[in-house]
Amino acid sequence: MKKLPLSKIDELFKALSAGQKLYIPADDAAGQAKFTVWQEGLALSQKLNTVRSAKDLFFPQVENLVGFKVTGKQIELIESRDPAEPFVLFGVRACDARSFDILDKVFLAEPADTYYKARRENGVVVTMACTRPAETCFCTVFGIDPTEPAGDVSCWMDGESLYWQANTEKGEKLTAGLSMLEDSGEEAVRAQQEKTREILGKLPLKDLNLKGFDGEHMMELFQSPKWASLSESCLGCGTCTFVCPTCQCYDIEEFNTGSEVKRFRCWDSCMYSDFTKMSAGQPRPTQLERFRQRFMHKLVYFPTNNDGMYGCVGCGRCLQKCPISMNIAKVIKTLGEDKK
Amino acid sequence: MQVNGEFQPTIVAFCCNWCSYAGADLSGTNRLQYPANVKIIRIPCSCRLNPLFILRAFQRGADGVILCGCHPGDCHYTTGNYYARRRMTLLFSMLDYLGIEKERTRVEWVSAAEGGKFAATMNDFVAAVTKLGPNRRLEDLRCSKD
Amino acid sequence: MQQGLKEKAIQLLKDKTVDRVVGWKAGEFFYDLTPAVFHTPEEIEKDFVFSVFSGANLSKYLIAESRKGGKVAAFLKPCDTYSFQQLLKEHRILRENVYVVGVQCDGTCDIEKIKAAGCDGVTAVREEGDGLVAETLYGEHRMSKKDALLDRCAVCKSHKLVVYDELLGEQGEEQDAGRFAEVEKLERMTPEERYSFWRGELSRCIRCNACRNVCPACSCEKCIFDNPDSGARNKAAADSFEENMFHIIRAFHVASRCTDCGECSRVCPQHIPLHLLNRKFIKDIDELYGEYQAGADMDTKPPLMDFTKGDADPSVVYERGGDKA
Repeated sequence: MKKLPLSKIDELFKALSAGQKLYIPADDAAGQAKFTVWQEGLALSQKLNTVRSAKDLFFPQVENLVGFKVTGKQIELIESRDPAEPFVLFGVRACDARSFDILDKVFLAEPADTYYKARRENGVVVTMACTRPAETCFCTVFGIDPTEPAGDVSCWMDGESLYWQANTEKGEKLTAGLSMLEDSGEEAVRAQQEKTREILGKLPLKDLNLKGFDGEHMMELFQSPKWASLSESCLGCGTCTFVCPTCQCYDIEEFNTGSEVKRFRCWDSCMYSDFTKMSAGQPRPTQLERFRQRFMHKLVYFPTNNDGMYGCVGCGRCLQKCPISMNIAKVIKTLGEDKK
Repeated sequence: MQVNGEFQPTIVAFCCNWCSYAGADLSGTNRLQYPANVKIIRIPCSCRLNPLFILRAFQRGADGVILCGCHPGDCHYTTGNYYARRRMTLLFSMLDYLGIEKERTRVEWVSAAEGGKFAATMNDFVAAVTKLGPNRRLEDLRCSKD
Repeated sequence: MQQGLKEKAIQLLKDKTVDRVVGWKAGEFFYDLTPAVFHTPEEIEKDFVFSVFSGANLSKYLIAESRKGGKVAAFLKPCDTYSFQQLLKEHRILRENVYVVGVQCDGTCDIEKIKAAGCDGVTAVREEGDGLVAETLYGEHRMSKKDALLDRCAVCKSHKLVVYDELLGEQGEEQDAGRFAEVEKLERMTPEERYSFWRGELSRCIRCNACRNVCPACSCEKCIFDNPDSGARNKAAADSFEENMFHIIRAFHVASRCTDCGECSRVCPQHIPLHLLNRKFIKDIDELYGEYQAGADMDTKPPLMDFTKGDADPSVVYERGGDKA
């Protein structure tokens, strides 16, 4: 365990950004936190979490894949992927840190997604423990401990100091170059964790019951009559999927620039009416089927295919941002009502 | 685009078939000069102009966009240009509100007999846009300028 | 806030005036109400809420609901009634299948403002006189309701309910609360300052489409941004041009039909002040073509579907634009 007085945090950021990009959560013009490239003078946000999740850094909303240029009968392939650059991602919360495990299962399974892989290999994740969880937090339901976040390096912050613990080889390598860190005992961190756990015990959503959300009960859940009322006011917008740290669906599209065709991928949303639309028609014709699909995926299909790992990390962003206040917590509660 | 090191704007002129396109023809037959920067796109009526076309023109490399139509009251389809007049006024006001230079867009009413007016308008518009420089605020960096 | 909605809803079901009711359903934290359809008095008793967090405009749901057969009741606040009437004008809602209960309203609140005032971990909010009391994981907070009002409610343009079958509360009047003040402020800036402002705002857009999907004026069954045949199909903004394009086009498409209900700005997860785009159009229309309020009546034509022979020439923008007020 190492530590650093908070007065020296800019020194740390400066060292971390030597030779690579450092992303820290910083407040944007509307006062919400966002992962921003650090520059001298940029202050660390005091907000609990960013609006856009950390997945942005590994799976950006728009990513160039390849370009095509046609001259006569010749097609030239133009490599247009962003160059792989090392970077440090600082201030990731435990929920987003778990989301990387989920995204890894999807993107790094064979055949691996080389675009995602390159970013993952180049990124060093420095996580930050939570001290003031919100009422919308429920990461503990999924076995995540916000006081002990996973990552290449884990950090804790109190009124005076930043505490720093390297966990992986990448983390050790990063720590090696940081001479401003001093050795430290663990007492302050343990004390903070105790205090935070007391608050975790009071969170309104801590008792969300996941019993019955598994492969065995798949058809029963799928056919539940409750989906109709759950989905009836869903606008089909896509806000939940875009702020969600684990949503990973994308569309591949092309843009004709006039001299070249650029093929790129961009985030898609299973909430959209044309998602999974194909020449044979649309197998999810109404919002009910689409809404059901999203939550069945996160709560049933994904854990069934991935040794019980749920596709949700309890970050609470969908609770905060859905225009009509529908969210995964309400779905879990409503579908769980029958299982008493 | 650059020609011999000098900035030459790309201008897209949407001309209605019945009046302004004929007016453009007339300036041609009268050998009245106007710059080759102007690319004319013929539409059946000024009312056909969808605001998306204007944005797309800027996206694809235009530095200035001008709509030419029949004089209000003389529309071949009777009322088309009245709607276009309202539409373009509001659209140009919105573009100005977003900080896009207002001199990059214009509407000019040119009749089939006004070959001179057409040439003069184009000369004036090209000069005004040249002064502004290349379109940067509504630029799509992916689109080639050649 | 207006009382008696729950009882009214139950009465309308019991005396078979309607077979279902559209209202707001209780959530977990008192501020997270979801629009919902209630079919039985028991459901209403259990979950129906009308509170300072009933900001959601229910009129758009009636496009689909009025076509599902039977008769549906809807509780509409004054601003919602303008959207409802505008949709009637556009033949989107089948009037005969809807029973409108007009509800007087003195403003709905923004949980984001309450949180920004220092309330983390809000678990409950209640009204107490002119104020709000927020219970949180970290203690109790009090603030005046006025400070917590949604931006659109702070400049409420009308307490008048323009269409209803029944009224709960008193009929109100239109009022001038200075809702164009922010637009005027932007108009007085130089074009460079405005460009910089809008780039700062629109670059935060994540194309979640919440604004489009909640907007009662955006009721196209196939939006051009979703239609591959439109030439404008676009799912994400690849650069600053596409960021601008979506918002310019959407604002233009709803111009002269936007009732200024403020839902777009309320739902934006990135807090982009989208209402400033729509209000610019409304202000321009008022100044150039005569004052017009979409949804105020059933007869007047929306200004963009109308004209006069003496309309201003587009060159008027040269005189009005730039950095003049």
